[in-house]
Amino acid sequence: MSTVIQIAYLVASVLFIIGIKYLGKTKDARRGNILSAVGMLIAIVATMLTIEVVTFLEIFICILIGSVIGLYYATKVPMTKIPEMVALFNGFGGLASFAVGLSDYFLKSSTSLESLDAVNLTSIILSVLIGGVTFTGSMIAYLKLDGKVSGQPITFSGQHLLNLVLLIAFIAASVFVFLDPTNLTLILILVVISLLLGILTVIPIGGADMPVVISLLNSYSGMAACATGFILNNNVLIVAGSLVGASGIILTQIMCKAMNRSLTNVLLGGFGQTVATG
Amino acid sequence: MTVSALIILIYVLVLASYLGFELISKVPPTLHTPLMSGSNAISGITIVGALIACNEMGYTTLSKWLGMFALVLATVNVVGGYAVTDRMLKMFKKK
Repeated sequence: MSTVIQIAYLVASVLFIIGIKYLGKTKDARRGNILSAVGMLIAIVATMLTIEVVTFLEIFICILIGSVIGLYYATKVPMTKIPEMVALFNGFGGLASFAVGLSDYFLKSSTSLESLDAVNLTSIILSVLIGGVTFTGSMIAYLKLDGKVSGQPITFSGQHLLNLVLLIAFIAASVFVFLDPTNLTLILILVVISLLLGILTVIPIGGADMPVVISLLNSYSGMAACATGFILNNNVLIVAGSLVGASGIILTQIMCKAMNRSLTNVLLGGFGQTVATG
Repeated sequence: MTVSALIILIYVLVLASYLGFELISKVPPTLHTPLMSGSNAISGITIVGALIACNEMGYTTLSKWLGMFALVLATVNVVGGYAVTDRMLKMFKKK
């Protein structure tokens, strides 16, 4: 990759760092957001320089569709519905990382199997897992906040056990993927489990805990982008992704503290509430 | 990927994560939602991955379509995320 692009990525990373810093201060917050948007633009333009001219039209159409949808919802949504919007956008980001991971897997498994090494497979599996959980989790959060699904915690007996079993099944399937990287059934199993896990971890959470969950899912979407960075060997993805991943965790903790709850308490959802009242 | 390349990526990961932990402290409660929304827009950086997936990865039909799908979604995340954050912060200024 050329030096110019690497330098552009470096500049973008610095702008993201300053942007996040400013976003935490009342008088600089708007400037911080604009700085990080400029960083994003620089990263996008730099990446476009590496792209073959033939694909420009398709890319242009995709970006146009995405921008119209994004701008429409961002400007039309009533201010009271903003948390729902954040959850929705966050879910889209997670699904994008999930799709990039799968895209890379399908390319390498059909063209250059030898490049599908341990690091690559691990990154792809993580990007599918975290991206998938972020996507379905954010969608459930969106539906709950929007009132399309009951905002109350939905719990059933053996819920935590089921999550644990699914997680173990995911790890087991991942091990088999290492042994047989071209087995599509295994990849499908990974996809289904990660999507299920997102739903199952968010349905038991409800009411006032929802903003905390959205903040946590936001952190996850950063980690998913970071995993994608490892697949593509791309620094700006790793920097931006891990910044969001780490700062998102801290913000989640701050929000929990403000509500006088612990993070485990929130994550265990309905279970945590019975403990709190009893 | 060679081991030395991987080590450099891990360095980047560790240092950026540490920075992320340190950047956020004493955020006033009114800024919690804008900060969440603003950092959500940054996590749309996966758009860079989507762009690459649309291009060099696009030798096979399936991965190309997945890349384009990802590009649309990531663009919604980036454009919508920044726009909605700016809208929120604009309101704060008026107060």
